[in-house]
Amino acid sequence: MSDYRYVGKDIIRPDGPDKAAGKAYYIHDLKRPGMFFGKIKFSDQVHARIINIDISKAEKLPGVKAVITAYNTPKVRIGFLRDNFALKKDKIRQYRDEIAAVAAIDPDIAEEAIDLIQVDYEPLPGIFSPEEALAESTTLIHETDARGRPRKDNMVPVRFRHDSGDLETGKKEAKYTAEGVYSTPLVQQSCMGTAGCIAEFDMNNNLTIWAKTQIPFLAQRDFNQALVAIGLRGKNTRVIVPTLGGGFGSGLDTHAYEYIAILLAFRTGHPVKILYSRDEEFAYLSPRQSSQTKIMQGCDEKGKLTFRSIDVLQDNGAYTSWGATYPSVMMLPATSLYRVPNIHFDSQMVYTNNTYCQAMRGYGNPELSWALENNMDELAEAAGIDPFEFRMLNSNTADETTPMGLKFSTCALKECLKITAGKLNWKEKRGKGKKRGVGMASLLHVGGGARIYRSDASGLILKLDDYGNVYAYHGGVEMGQGLHTVLTSAIAESLGVLPEKVFINPTDTGTCPWDVGTHASRGSFMAGNAAILATQKLRDRIFKMAEEIFPAEVEKNLKKILKKNPDFKPVEFDVKKAARRENFDMKDGFLFIKDAPDEDWLHLELGRFLRAVHFRQQGQMLTTEAFYDPPNELPDWNKGYGNMSATYVFGTQGVEVEVDTETGEIKIVKMVATHDVGRVLNVQGLKGQFYGALAQGIGYAFYEKLESEDGKIQNTNFRDYKIPTIQEMNFPIDLEFIETDDRFGPFGAKGVAEPGLVPTAPAIANAIYDAIGVRIRDLPITPEKILAALKKVP
Amino acid sequence: MKHEISFVLNGVEMRVRVAEHLRLIDLLRDELGMTGTKEACGEGECGACTVLVDGRAFNSCLYPVLEIEGKDVVTIEGLRDAENKLSVLQTAFVESGAIQCGFCTPGMIMSAKALLDANPEPSEDEIRDSFQGNLCRCTGYVQIIAAVKQAAQKLKGSS
Repeated sequence: MSDYRYVGKDIIRPDGPDKAAGKAYYIHDLKRPGMFFGKIKFSDQVHARIINIDISKAEKLPGVKAVITAYNTPKVRIGFLRDNFALKKDKIRQYRDEIAAVAAIDPDIAEEAIDLIQVDYEPLPGIFSPEEALAESTTLIHETDARGRPRKDNMVPVRFRHDSGDLETGKKEAKYTAEGVYSTPLVQQSCMGTAGCIAEFDMNNNLTIWAKTQIPFLAQRDFNQALVAIGLRGKNTRVIVPTLGGGFGSGLDTHAYEYIAILLAFRTGHPVKILYSRDEEFAYLSPRQSSQTKIMQGCDEKGKLTFRSIDVLQDNGAYTSWGATYPSVMMLPATSLYRVPNIHFDSQMVYTNNTYCQAMRGYGNPELSWALENNMDELAEAAGIDPFEFRMLNSNTADETTPMGLKFSTCALKECLKITAGKLNWKEKRGKGKKRGVGMASLLHVGGGARIYRSDASGLILKLDDYGNVYAYHGGVEMGQGLHTVLTSAIAESLGVLPEKVFINPTDTGTCPWDVGTHASRGSFMAGNAAILATQKLRDRIFKMAEEIFPAEVEKNLKKILKKNPDFKPVEFDVKKAARRENFDMKDGFLFIKDAPDEDWLHLELGRFLRAVHFRQQGQMLTTEAFYDPPNELPDWNKGYGNMSATYVFGTQGVEVEVDTETGEIKIVKMVATHDVGRVLNVQGLKGQFYGALAQGIGYAFYEKLESEDGKIQNTNFRDYKIPTIQEMNFPIDLEFIETDDRFGPFGAKGVAEPGLVPTAPAIANAIYDAIGVRIRDLPITPEKILAALKKVP
Repeated sequence: MKHEISFVLNGVEMRVRVAEHLRLIDLLRDELGMTGTKEACGEGECGACTVLVDGRAFNSCLYPVLEIEGKDVVTIEGLRDAENKLSVLQTAFVESGAIQCGFCTPGMIMSAKALLDANPEPSEDEIRDSFQGNLCRCTGYVQIIAAVKQAAQKLKGSS
């Protein structure tokens, strides 16, 4: 199909060898000269007024360099709605509120000092469920908004709605309907590398911060605002991203601990490191939001969907992160997965005294798809149609514009459904009961960026040196997903050099061009397209200069050969005449003329060419930049309309399960995952993304839930918060990738970081229903819930 | 109170003075600057800090430092060969796509090393058992198992 040299081939991931050797440096491994260790005093009340904070004992402890509170530092407002503060004053709103912080010469002393800080509180009544928050009007989590205007209720002022067609008409046209309420829990990202940072000021009061972030450039903006707040207007932040140790959305916001490290570094004049322990990570880092989704769908006699009505209620917790925009992504499947003419979608989010939430892989899509794809099966049953056939009947196709205005340049949903059904032996296995069952679920997600800001762009600088090496400076973040592997192969492919000659520099706002952030499955899509743009510019310049340089240099080649072998007879070829920019090509680091004879002397090594270009009077260096902004739209959120991504990914996952009705245990017999990926850029890396996402989907389905009691997280370790181990991932997984060769994708590829976990849980729930006739609507699906539901079955 | 202990670290005889409350991982990372061994939970649940002590895999976050007196300790830094190249096992992890964020990788490799040293031709179940205490959030483990199989195959061919 393609004659690519590196795209679609398994080049070795550039950071692989260092990671295998233990030589990759994570924030945990970094030290700065003169560095102090910061530690945070978190609240031990959930909703209360602060009466007094006594730091005198902590300050006197030998080895303590600074003790800060909101009372002895400038006010630093943070967060998506600026409703949060680095350190809390007057009032605390959640168990994890930051009351004070210490910088000390070692972590043990810092910890000891924290225990010496005394806080007196006046407790307030707490709100711990969204229903209470909606009903409550006397207890307000926030009495005022960020501008000081009084608030009347606990609603988060972020709402995403979409209404199209006419719901009542759709309901009238429906012969069959199905409705239900489906819920999902708080889930922890559980990066193996915990959160942390080092903040350091130079003597001009400019800040450098080594941050575990996915948004270095937005973080730079956030931190620069904090510098203004602490009296350093006009000063700058440089954000450097060390090897990440996992992200999964946890780096999409800046966090209070980072601002606290900045305050401590400024107070002490020394670098300050704050590193979360696992216990702190579980208790004090923002998880994935919980959700309740009320859904009703209807179809006509033939099974065509006539309407869909969805209302989502989410518990935001005490403060607001970017995660509050989950419903903007929920709106995609809500309006556009399967064809539905009449749609209502609304989302509400409330403040409570629970831990505040943030982004996690899938960003609202797993939550919404959990409801939607369960309900699709229920409606199919009501209509007496096989759920696979039902999905086929309502499937999207390419070149469709959906009610939300999404434009599907390519769409292989039907193929995904068919292949998944085929591999599961759907026809033979479906509906046989006997404690074995098959189920499926599909997904739609962004795959060509996601314009949620005015810019959805990503920059790339390429610098060539005198040896044919290519240095890439890119603002995206490699968190393990393989961004740098894709960028390396994209540069090697489209410039025409060997992958081992491509060096990706560390992500650093001081050296790399702007990038909006590595989220929304956009990393590879953006970097790949930026690479194609930048390399094209470089090739144009190289080929232009080659008109002059190439003939002279290959002449030298020929002379050398003739010196060694005087009998050598070169093929007749007029190099000077053929040396026109449009005739040149470059592959694997050698420049050549396309229709020239295939002789060694007519191939010019890129390094030699570059030296000849550079090392002379009026010489030149070759550096270029490209700034890729995809052809997508910032949706009009008042209408819930707009083509937010340049292209979209689709997929269907199927699963066969066996249920032990004595214990309620579910065994996965087989999983099938078929995904429209546009183009496979790296088979091994792509498989790794999907295997890993499936494991997270399995965790979401069966195990993962942060238990919160009156606002306090109870399970703060891997004993009590279970993520899948190698023993749970013990079943055959059949992955199939469909290449639709999308016209907007780099080499035809779409972004694929998130989709793998989106349909996993509903596919499992649908299979369980097929096996035992029990539908669990509340994640995770535990043996206890299965047993309880079995008891209710007549 | 500091104690002097002697042990072998990656083939080199060591004599160090350590505080008695330290864990082996503190000695490695904080005192000796060997940051290849990772700490991801601090309570023996995740295996990121796995090292070999007298050939067996242990969580160095649970290992009291005084107990390594006279023992032989191998860390991820000790696996490269005499020419400083990655070992067959490490290379298999790189080539099989078994590495993503890489934070669990040193621990995974040390667990696999303990397994293959004791059992050069492990079954898939034996491979799974050897990773019982190693968590990974990125890979879904599939390619990690493939890496161990590849390494076992190559090591068999070379011996």
